[in-house]
Amino acid sequence: MSSALLHSLLDDAGQTSGPDWLKQVRVEARTRLLERGLPAARNEAWKYTPLRALESRRLRRVAAASQPVDVDPGLYTLAGVGSPRLVFVDGTLRPDLSDVSSVHGLAIESLGTALERDAQSLRASLGRSFDADAQVFARLNSALPSDGAVIRVAAGVKVEPLLHLVMLGSAGAADAYWQLRNVIELGEGSALRLIEHHAGGQGCSHLGNVVNQYSLHAGARLDLLQLQAAPDSVRLIRRSDAVLDADAHLEMRCVEAGAQWMRHDLAVALQGDRARLVSRGVFVLNGRQHADTRIDVSHQARDTACDLVWRGVADQRARGVFHGAITVCAGADGADALLSNKNLLLSDQAEIDTQPVLEIHADEVKAAHGATVGQLDEKALFYLRSRGIDEAAARSLLTLAFCRIAFDSITNEALHGQLDALLLERLPRAESAADTAQVTG
Amino acid sequence: MLKIENLHVRVGGREILKGLSLEAKAGEVHAIMGPNGAGKSTLGNVLAGREGYEVTEGSVEYDRTNLLELEPEERAAAGVFLAFQYPVEIPGVNNTYFLRSALNAQRKRRGEAELDSVQFLKRVREKLAVLHLKDELLHRAVNEGFSGGEKKRNEIFQMALLEPKLAVLDETDSGLDIDALKMVADGVNAMRDPSRAFIVITHYQRLLDYIVPDFVHVLADGRIVESGDKTLALKLEEHGYAWVAQRTVAGAG
Repeated sequence: MSSALLHSLLDDAGQTSGPDWLKQVRVEARTRLLERGLPAARNEAWKYTPLRALESRRLRRVAAASQPVDVDPGLYTLAGVGSPRLVFVDGTLRPDLSDVSSVHGLAIESLGTALERDAQSLRASLGRSFDADAQVFARLNSALPSDGAVIRVAAGVKVEPLLHLVMLGSAGAADAYWQLRNVIELGEGSALRLIEHHAGGQGCSHLGNVVNQYSLHAGARLDLLQLQAAPDSVRLIRRSDAVLDADAHLEMRCVEAGAQWMRHDLAVALQGDRARLVSRGVFVLNGRQHADTRIDVSHQARDTACDLVWRGVADQRARGVFHGAITVCAGADGADALLSNKNLLLSDQAEIDTQPVLEIHADEVKAAHGATVGQLDEKALFYLRSRGIDEAAARSLLTLAFCRIAFDSITNEALHGQLDALLLERLPRAESAADTAQVTG
Repeated sequence: MLKIENLHVRVGGREILKGLSLEAKAGEVHAIMGPNGAGKSTLGNVLAGREGYEVTEGSVEYDRTNLLELEPEERAAAGVFLAFQYPVEIPGVNNTYFLRSALNAQRKRRGEAELDSVQFLKRVREKLAVLHLKDELLHRAVNEGFSGGEKKRNEIFQMALLEPKLAVLDETDSGLDIDALKMVADGVNAMRDPSRAFIVITHYQRLLDYIVPDFVHVLADGRIVESGDKTLALKLEEHGYAWVAQRTVAGAG
């Protein structure tokens, strides 16, 4: 299985830096990739997101430019969100755009710096091998030298400011490739609020490949918003791996509101007793966008809980895919698993495939799942119109309301408003809906 | 204000209204009573412009325009309001947001200035007091988790806020206890005005003890079969709808 894509990126790996174990990890990943290639369509995990077209393309890694490109801060500024902020452009840290003022108990550095300072502490994260062929892009991420953010919160510290991690693409060339590897560690009993924000300039076109690894030690809590608002011309692949110790809590919001083609694998291991995942998410697609979200939660300890509520909206010829798998391992008694996925089709030609999967190997488990694909509620639509709201605005209002479940719990009003606006822009007849939004000021 | 002539309406291929005629002038309150399945709710829905109601014959003139040609939102802006028999829950849409959007959309369509948030809230507070509704309902999603009584009172609250010229109340009394019924009636009575007409659709006479109508009509099998003043409601209460049916047959014969 020869792949032009893999060869173009791997043949000229160049000289790599770092400790021997890391070099070894890269070599192994590279060998494996060239041996196995990209998964074929029969690979269940890539069934709805075929890689054939991508496979035949030759890409080129974006090199760190000696003269950093100009970036408009408007591309990544979020209402109600300030510093600390860490900005990566095309896979490279931009200290000139970042503002990492010192916050007690919070250590932020680039992966490069962290490796130079104390490589050993990153061994568990970077040394991880991605064994399944389905994890091919994480494997690719491991095969190549990477920049990224290393964020660590000291035990017991509850970080007050909201951390803004920006991952931006600027490259206009269609054959550009960049990647990032982010490592986030929360010490025992610590807490952090983090926004991972994907953005970019209009017309930029690249393949971005991001791997996030989170470890939450006992009693830690991470409030995470992944806001994917990349331009509609890019391809983006993300993998988010989280490991939760006892009593840890991951509260996660995903808003997928961009990219031409995107895939997100979210894998959460509830390893400690009473570890808990709350995940809310939504994708809003139009044009010929393709978005594939694949969630894999594994309950590995007693009294663990997951609560997943995801929504999808597809208009025009867009295609959405949602796969939510929950596994309750043997011995994980007292697990409580909930998965709900509802989808809206706004056009006859849009398509959404949803697949909830529940696998239970323990006794005494509470589990429920459900998935639906449908249209807007005609009764609600008539109700709004009967009060004077015109049809297009009513449709936008209802669609937005449907999506809001993904971020309604965000109490930062300015940020909430910006998320509303971002989604409204993507819904049909945005102008009249924007009027409606303004009315509420 | 409203003139319905020989209205025939089909729903799902079945004829529900079979030649209904009714005229309501500004300042009047008309009660429409009738047994289940007579077409009472169909009348309300047709007036508000709900889809799926096919008018095969007849006309509805409202304020010298053909009401049937207007979209639901145009009817609302023209002053037509339907209090729903089953108000719809809309999760994710805040009640205040919804009301202000609706009011300003109507005002915009009529060429009136939109209300800013201060003006809007002032108006809201005035109307809330009349219906004894809690402020808290404003911050919740539209009708979501409201009790049956709260939903109905919310309908009347919306009516008070939107100040329509023609209000159609579709079984607003159903499912209400006596206190809620009185509040609803107070809300309606406070709005009675020489420039406004009401059509009160109800199954029971009880509501009409509190909202005293100028006219009572009996709707049976898709037509108005009997009209009279408020005493007609009392006769119906005494004799039941079968009494009207008999009289109709007798009259026909």
